[in-house]
Amino acid sequence: MITEDDIIIVDDMRRDMSLTERFYLPQIAQGLSVTLRRMFTKRVTLQYPEMRREPKLEGDLTDPHSQLNASRYRGVHRLNRDPDGRVACVACFMCETACPAHCIHIDAAESPWPDREKYPAKFDIDELRCIYCGMCEEACPVDAIELTYEYDLVGNTRNEMIFDKGKLLEVFDETCQIKPRRNPRITGYAGTGSPDHQPARPTGEQH
Amino acid sequence: MLDLLKNQLLFSGLLIAVLMGAINLGVAYCTFYERKISAWIQNREGPNRVGFFGLFWGFHFWGYGQPMADGLKFLLKEEMIPDKADKPLYVMAPAISFIVSTIGIAVIPWGGYLDIDADGIVDVACQVANPDIGLLYVLGVGSLGVYGVVLGAWASNNKYSLFGGIRAAAQMLSYEIPLGLAILVVVLSCGEVRLENIVRAQIEGGGTWNVFVHPLAFFLLFVTQLAETNRAPFDMAESEQELVGGFHTEYGALKFALFFLSEYTHMIINSAFLCVLFLGGWHFPWIPGLGLEDTAWWAVLAKMAMLGTKIAGCVFVYMWIRWTLPRFRFDQLMRLAWKGLIPTGLGLVALAVVMTYFGIPGSESVWPKLIWGLGGNAAVLFMVVLVVGMSPAGVTGRQANMPPISLLSPAKRVPRADQGTAN
Repeated sequence: MITEDDIIIVDDMRRDMSLTERFYLPQIAQGLSVTLRRMFTKRVTLQYPEMRREPKLEGDLTDPHSQLNASRYRGVHRLNRDPDGRVACVACFMCETACPAHCIHIDAAESPWPDREKYPAKFDIDELRCIYCGMCEEACPVDAIELTYEYDLVGNTRNEMIFDKGKLLEVFDETCQIKPRRNPRITGYAGTGSPDHQPARPTGEQH
Repeated sequence: MLDLLKNQLLFSGLLIAVLMGAINLGVAYCTFYERKISAWIQNREGPNRVGFFGLFWGFHFWGYGQPMADGLKFLLKEEMIPDKADKPLYVMAPAISFIVSTIGIAVIPWGGYLDIDADGIVDVACQVANPDIGLLYVLGVGSLGVYGVVLGAWASNNKYSLFGGIRAAAQMLSYEIPLGLAILVVVLSCGEVRLENIVRAQIEGGGTWNVFVHPLAFFLLFVTQLAETNRAPFDMAESEQELVGGFHTEYGALKFALFFLSEYTHMIINSAFLCVLFLGGWHFPWIPGLGLEDTAWWAVLAKMAMLGTKIAGCVFVYMWIRWTLPRFRFDQLMRLAWKGLIPTGLGLVALAVVMTYFGIPGSESVWPKLIWGLGGNAAVLFMVVLVVGMSPAGVTGRQANMPPISLLSPAKRVPRADQGTAN
């Protein structure tokens, strides 16, 4: 049984129905007129394979229905290149640690370049296991891993969907025109893309 | 060859073949347009991809191949029979449902009389059968439709199905009464139960479409037919949200398809019936070739096309209503029938009786019919509104357990916007 203490009366809800409401029909006619008008309004469907949302960076968005915010969309990953075209990743394992789906696998090796200690000898992302949460991108200290605006990702086998380093760099090459690599928040690493970038130098010259 | 067709029996056989094909095709495209209309109402496109098996260079034909694809899918799916089901009934139920909904086409007058060899002598009636009791036949067959639903529901051995079946039966019992009353109005005003003569009475002499004389009865018949076909807002037997799928929860593949087809066939037959009783059947004023005296083959085809157009219009309204209105709760459904539609129907029958007593239906002019009919309908409508207005609003469901507002302290009453912070 409901006691009086449990009851909160919201004024509108206990209002008596008016005559037209109790008689149903005028209200039904009103509803029918709404749906009839709907039938002749513009359809919102985007015919997918033929029409796509055009990826654009945030500032350029004018129509969110047909345009995709490329700066925020979390699609397929890419591994950024630094201005010298080398993989920007420093194999710190931050993304692999942050990943809730355990879909990133990195094999670190000693860097062949003098400006950093490690680099990823292997960098695999299982795109089927990934939940596209963006934690890796948040965790990366040098902004080397990023999610792109590409969303139609298909394959015939599971192995095909495990993206290795080469494939991820390819994604970067394909998407860097529309979504350029943003400047790393931490610029302590030389050659990872700070605005005043100098060509790579031997580590000894740094102070 | 043509002489053979002058035999009504052979002609009826041909007509059955043609009509079964036409109606099954119509049903297939009803399912297509059901989806299209729901999509349009929701600002979507609806199915627009499937063409005809990739023929014609893979052109999609705006989705018009969709019904074939759907049918093929139903055909190729696995036929499942639940372990604990009552097998004979389980298999029979969809068949009963389909047969019962289909045999109604037999007595619909599709296109008047046909003079095959143009010698001025009418040869055959464009109607599969023309019994004296055509209207009663439709009534009887129409209410058999619920048997398929109830049997299927019971035979599935599923409590949700059973709920659906019981609801369908109770609903059918209640809505048969206003349905009968609405039809009685037509019978009284036309003085006929032969469907072909009812059409004739709406055309000849001072006749006019019954919908103009008895608009309320037309509305009543339409509403009860919605209930009889288990269409929203009366689809208590299905109630997807509460009963999974209602009576067809346990059905799949072709047996489900039969239930599905029978629902749409029922819609088409009921629309045809509605058109014959109230919308003048195949008749339309001002269009040449649609008169009683036009019996050439092209006139008959034109008449069938006209009736088809009217049926399509009714079916559209069915769909439009389905995608607009939410389902009634069961007690609301019953209250609507017993406290709303049946008293209204009785009032309309009384009106028709009075009109018949004064000889209005037999008059040579159309005006007495219109004046009496519309005046009487206005009076009935006024009384209905008066009764609705004077009776207190029903307190139902959850509200029945709540004390009246006046008993609550004013502090308990909060404006709507603050309801989240009241506790």
